[in-house]
Amino acid sequence: MALMNYAQAARSALADAMRADARVVALGEDVGHGGIFGQYRGLREEFGAARVIDTPISEATIMGAAVGMALTGLRPVVEMRVVDFALCAIDEIVNQAAKNRYMFGGQGRVPLVARLPIGLWSGSAAQHSQSLESWFAHVPGLVVVAPSTPADNYSLLASAIACGDPVIYMEHKELWGLDGEVAPGQSAPLGIARLARSGSDLTLVTWSNSVHIALDAAAQAAQQGVSVEVIDLRTIWPWDREAVLESAARTGRLLVVHEAVQAAGFGAEVAATVAEELGIPVGRLGAPRIPVGYARTLENVARISAQNLLQALKDLVTGKQRGRSMVQRENEVSRR
Amino acid sequence: MQASTSAANASHGEHLLSLYRTMARIRAFENAAEEASRGSVAAFGATIDAAALVRGPLHLSTGQEAVAAGVCANLARTDYLTSTHRGHGHTLAKGADAMAMMCELFGRAAGTNKGKGGSMHIADFAVGMLGANGVVAAGIPIAVGAAHSAKIRGSDAIVACFFGDGAINRGPFLEGLNWAKIFELRVLFVCEDNRYSATTATDAMTAGEGAAARARGIGLPARTVDGNDVLAVDAAARDLVARLRAGAGPQFLHGLTYRVKGHVSVDAAAYRDQGEVANALESDPLKVAAARLTALGVTAERIAAADAAARAEIEAAVAVARAAAVPEPAEAYADVQDTGAGLWR
Repeated sequence: MALMNYAQAARSALADAMRADARVVALGEDVGHGGIFGQYRGLREEFGAARVIDTPISEATIMGAAVGMALTGLRPVVEMRVVDFALCAIDEIVNQAAKNRYMFGGQGRVPLVARLPIGLWSGSAAQHSQSLESWFAHVPGLVVVAPSTPADNYSLLASAIACGDPVIYMEHKELWGLDGEVAPGQSAPLGIARLARSGSDLTLVTWSNSVHIALDAAAQAAQQGVSVEVIDLRTIWPWDREAVLESAARTGRLLVVHEAVQAAGFGAEVAATVAEELGIPVGRLGAPRIPVGYARTLENVARISAQNLLQALKDLVTGKQRGRSMVQRENEVSRR
Repeated sequence: MQASTSAANASHGEHLLSLYRTMARIRAFENAAEEASRGSVAAFGATIDAAALVRGPLHLSTGQEAVAAGVCANLARTDYLTSTHRGHGHTLAKGADAMAMMCELFGRAAGTNKGKGGSMHIADFAVGMLGANGVVAAGIPIAVGAAHSAKIRGSDAIVACFFGDGAINRGPFLEGLNWAKIFELRVLFVCEDNRYSATTATDAMTAGEGAAARARGIGLPARTVDGNDVLAVDAAARDLVARLRAGAGPQFLHGLTYRVKGHVSVDAAAYRDQGEVANALESDPLKVAAARLTALGVTAERIAAADAAARAEIEAAVAVARAAAVPEPAEAYADVQDTGAGLWR
């Protein structure tokens, strides 16, 4: 075991993969200079400019070129800096990388990893703060991963690079400096959730930075006599339905929490599945459907806090979260 | 002197006849596909016919055969090619099997893509043909990546990247050419200029001096040729490919041709002047090549035999495609992804 931060863990996983396999290359803006978060530091010195490729600010071609590389025998790791910039390469991700294998009848494979960091980060405002994992989970052909710890950022990145499918790999920008124990050489299977805390009254499913907020809220809930089980989903697609259903069946309640906008977020998919399969009370907590504002007061409106999370899980346990009934709503409308 | 001239003519004649055969095969393929696509799609005032054998949008390269034939004659099987939504000609010229291609257009399990792509996504990776593409200019970054990969892997393969005149107004054109130049990649960019962006004349939508000038602005040597003259395309491509293989960096070929048919097969292209079409038909690439063949002493019988052989090959392909099995519905779930296969909802 080694103590590393989240950025160092990813750097270490990529370096190990590049040492083990000459087909692995990294490309993107500034990767030759270590990357703006330091997650590529030292890689050019070790592997050279031919394999750690600084590119122009050409997102469409960074991603499209990675597709061409993957089709012809390389295993590219693409840096998009923030998910918001990857929107300039959305055709290359959705129409090219994700569809290639299928629409050409299985003639080719696109084993690439696209690193699309997500999340609120130091007053970065509307175009540098989004969490768009549900967009990519919606697209057949893609795998979507969102690690929450340094250990997972090593082991899941290692698995993503080894994966034969295109992987959308979403690190959280507020986690780069988070320290933790990492087991170099270890990979974690994609599609398998991690039990972050055991509990018996409610199952809280979350991922990425919200895992840490959830653990904080769960600790506070325990002091108030509510036992919360926290599941870190880790892989958004394919998501670990089995682990979630097993836990939710045991606790009898489900709350899904994510930093992304709640409406049409991936939490809706998890909650709907659990409601369909188990018929138990389910709830969701995500951001309001507003862009992220710059000022701290505005940014905080889009942020999930341990406080509002605690409230949401208490409401679920006491049954207060239940929506207004049809009758109540009809009464409200008729009173207008 | 007399003897050596006639020997040279005979050799030129044989070379041109070989290019002519490729063009005749493409023409026959396009004609057969067009015929099978009547009622393929409800657009341009056409109505859908459930019995159409080729479904969906069918983009024909009729009249543009010389660009595909002339460029691909200079590629090896191991070289790569990326194409456009109008890609049958490139695919055939690169060496794909017409029968497997026709099966694909007919949506058959025996198609090049197992019936999953159709005309717009036709591909044959076995001959280096990395795919037609439903998105204008989308093949450019992929071509650049394949060339970058070849450079990293130490492969000698070059990449021919076909796109249309409409593509030069999309961002990936600028990005891809710039990328190929800064990394000195072995890409032959081929702008197959058929003058139309769907139903709009490209000229009206394009500022400046056009494709070749834009390429030169990014530092690529660019050459414009008569894209209906297969010998001119072939000669230019031979020279540019030789430069590529010698390490002179990416090259650009601009072939001026004309889209004889509409945007898709059911589009009668009533929006354009019929005199313009009649003019263009005067320089039909097969007609131009046939006249040149005659001048080089190739007999009318041999030209007719090339046409007949092409038609026979395509008729056989149609017969096989018509009778071939459709994919089983379960095949819809194959080749999506390995991770999470089985989790469909």
